[in-house]
Amino acid sequence: MSVAHALDQPMAPARPERLSRIVLSRFLRHRPAVVSAVVILLLGLSAALAGHLGLGDPLHIQMSHRFAPPLAKGHLLGADELGRDVLSRLLHAGRISLTVGLAAMAVTVVIGAALGTVSAYFRGMVDAALQRLTDAMLSFPPIYMLLALAAFVRPSLGSMTAIIAATSWMDIARMVRGQMLSLREQEFVVGARGLGASGARIMAHHLLPNTVGIIAVAATLSVARAILLESYISFLGYGIQPPLASWGNMLNNAQSYFASAPWVAIFPGVMITLAVTSFNFLGDGLRDALDPRHVESRG
Amino acid sequence: MRQYLARRVLQAAVVLGLVSLAGFSLLHLAPGGPAAIYAMSPTMAAEDLDRITRELGLDRPLHVQYLSWARGFLTGNWGRSYRDGRLVLEVITDRVPATTVLMLSAFTVAVLLGLAAGIVSAVRQYSLFDHLATSLAMVALSIPTFWLGLMGIYVFAILLRVLPPGNIGTVGADFSLPDRLWHLVLPAGTLGVVMVATWSRYTRASMLEVIRADYIRTAHAKGVAGGAVIFKHALKNALIPLVTLAGLQLPLVFSGALVTETIFTWPGMGRLFVDSIGYRDYPVLMGLLMFTALLVVLGNLVADLVYGAIDPRVRLA
Repeated sequence: MSVAHALDQPMAPARPERLSRIVLSRFLRHRPAVVSAVVILLLGLSAALAGHLGLGDPLHIQMSHRFAPPLAKGHLLGADELGRDVLSRLLHAGRISLTVGLAAMAVTVVIGAALGTVSAYFRGMVDAALQRLTDAMLSFPPIYMLLALAAFVRPSLGSMTAIIAATSWMDIARMVRGQMLSLREQEFVVGARGLGASGARIMAHHLLPNTVGIIAVAATLSVARAILLESYISFLGYGIQPPLASWGNMLNNAQSYFASAPWVAIFPGVMITLAVTSFNFLGDGLRDALDPRHVESRG
Repeated sequence: MRQYLARRVLQAAVVLGLVSLAGFSLLHLAPGGPAAIYAMSPTMAAEDLDRITRELGLDRPLHVQYLSWARGFLTGNWGRSYRDGRLVLEVITDRVPATTVLMLSAFTVAVLLGLAAGIVSAVRQYSLFDHLATSLAMVALSIPTFWLGLMGIYVFAILLRVLPPGNIGTVGADFSLPDRLWHLVLPAGTLGVVMVATWSRYTRASMLEVIRADYIRTAHAKGVAGGAVIFKHALKNALIPLVTLAGLQLPLVFSGALVTETIFTWPGMGRLFVDSIGYRDYPVLMGLLMFTALLVVLGNLVADLVYGAIDPRVRLA
């Protein structure tokens, strides 16, 4: 054992607690967020394993089982207007809805972070132009914009993801820009500049890593938003097209079957609410854990 | 102040210019473009299609089309609907009252309930009520409005049969206020739920910030009654930042109204938008995009000005 190492030993307990542990313990204190994390995990698992749970084909039409109520004829959650198993459809639809939600989030984050960084880095005219563009995009009611886009492209997983991302990047761009503008005036950046670091290096190595926290929170909330938006568009008939099921399009004709088969209308909505609420709570918990200055969550 | 106003108005004009550019290119660069609806008709010969394209001016370069549209827009000539040839501005203004009634009633309910819940939550922070209210607000923010509307119809119109499942009034009946109000309950309630959630969250946060301020402690210390401190000292100040929420919320309320109107066959602008998409009625779509964006930009401008006017600490410069 070297002398240096021996000297190191008594120092160990005085070492500050690791940041990741602080964040974790703060997160675990937010009970709704922890429950939500578990729910999201279960939703993800059930969607991933949807084909292997012995629930049958979600597209299998069996007119003799038309509108079978929950628990009847081997349908745990009943059957729909074509005798298809509602539970199997819900889980398969979850694949679509969660995939669109996560993919749209990823694209949203990339666009938002890139534009926010460019704004904060170049400032001046570039920033002013991007800010007005952001204002303009924020002026459209989101559903109006999405419907206008969705109605004119051939609906698919990819196109849904693209148009949701194209209309959702503004918040992240604003936040990243704001954070970077305040960071770039701080001493460690001045120091890096003094050491001769290039602008691009400062951006990539000193500023961007410091925005990871707020991006993680915004990303989580944007999954919730994307799932919700996908359901709106699919419900209105311009999103994921039948026979492929998404939680939104399972509700397409639900209104006509209310009287005879309310379960067809109830369960998909429950799934959407469950998924969206979970991602919202998770984002809330992450915000409390990652940002010690943030005391109360707003909007 | 005048300088600030001038700058804000100028900024709003620039934003609206960008909005119109974005909207216009969106609709006109789409596959098929505005003439697509005619191309789908089986009885349409190729030469007829060419003629229609020419008559509608769709064969001109895009920037020429945009400039002629913009000139018309500024002079109040928003074009004619492809569907029935009526003036776009007329088609839209016909739908404004229904949407206004729906949004205003939802807004009123939401502000009253939201403020009440938010105040109680803040005053009794971490109480059972606070936990319940904040969790419920989060769920309310996450429920898809269309599904909430469907469930409302199922419970109140089909199971309990106490409210009508849709429409602005009884079909064929003469106008009567009680009938209109009766039809308004479900749609306004549906649209109001998301808004209540937002208002209670913001009110709670704003109140909590104010309650911790020194002047509130002073008021308590000099013996002002608890209720008076909350309502006379704290609430007044907590309300100030909420003014901007009314403006910020507008795009989401328009979105919610569109879905609500679709579910409840409510003859407003949102339903007009959905119908116009089905008909590929570009002039009306463009008109509605511009109209709602205009209201959003104006709403935010007014909210900011009011904010500056009622809060002496805010210097608008």
